[in-house]
Amino acid sequence: MMWIIWILSWLLILTGCVFIVAGGIGLVRMPDLYTRLHAASVTDTGGAIFVMLGLFLQALFVYGSWFIAAKVMIVLFFTLITSPTASHALAKTALLSGFVPTDANGKPILDSPETAQRLARSRPEAS
Amino acid sequence: MFVAATLALLVTMILTLFRALVGPTIFDRLLAVNSFGTKTVLLIAVYGFLTKRPEFLDIALVYALINYIGTIAVLKFFEYDDLGSGAYQEDDF
Repeated sequence: MMWIIWILSWLLILTGCVFIVAGGIGLVRMPDLYTRLHAASVTDTGGAIFVMLGLFLQALFVYGSWFIAAKVMIVLFFTLITSPTASHALAKTALLSGFVPTDANGKPILDSPETAQRLARSRPEAS
Repeated sequence: MFVAATLALLVTMILTLFRALVGPTIFDRLLAVNSFGTKTVLLIAVYGFLTKRPEFLDIALVYALINYIGTIAVLKFFEYDDLGSGAYQEDDF
């Protein structure tokens, strides 16, 4: 009976590892900051979810204590809340400082950094 | 199993450090540091289970939150050029 748990957590953690390595490679190879943001969040969300689910199974059945499993879920909960928020804040600040995103073949999407700043401004201009 | 996860995490951390060193803009570096932090959270959790000491999860939780606060503090400094002063409250650009 226990081997089912071990096989399941093996599969989950290996899938998490695939996500983590894929995100890491994406972080290096992506051309632009905004695409790297996507690659970094692949590791944060995909990797974290699968690895933590694997640990959840381990904690619940192998360690047999629901408290550790609850802790694993709390860590996952906070990771899934903080990392998208950080990525959003990073993209907003980059846009605010006039970093214009470019499309697939390198042509900037916005016509000028000023429009990028205007788009990213949280409050209307204090004119 | 946990060793495989630890190795994958260490390899990805090296890639993230490479991006942190090479990253052209400041935001690439900050993204790499933030991503490195979340990988450390996973590494702490997996290492805790590797050495059969699940108390490590508390450390992982604290690290996840501190890492987030650090990133947001640096971003706030980028945006407002000052962390503490309330001067930007009224005429925020």
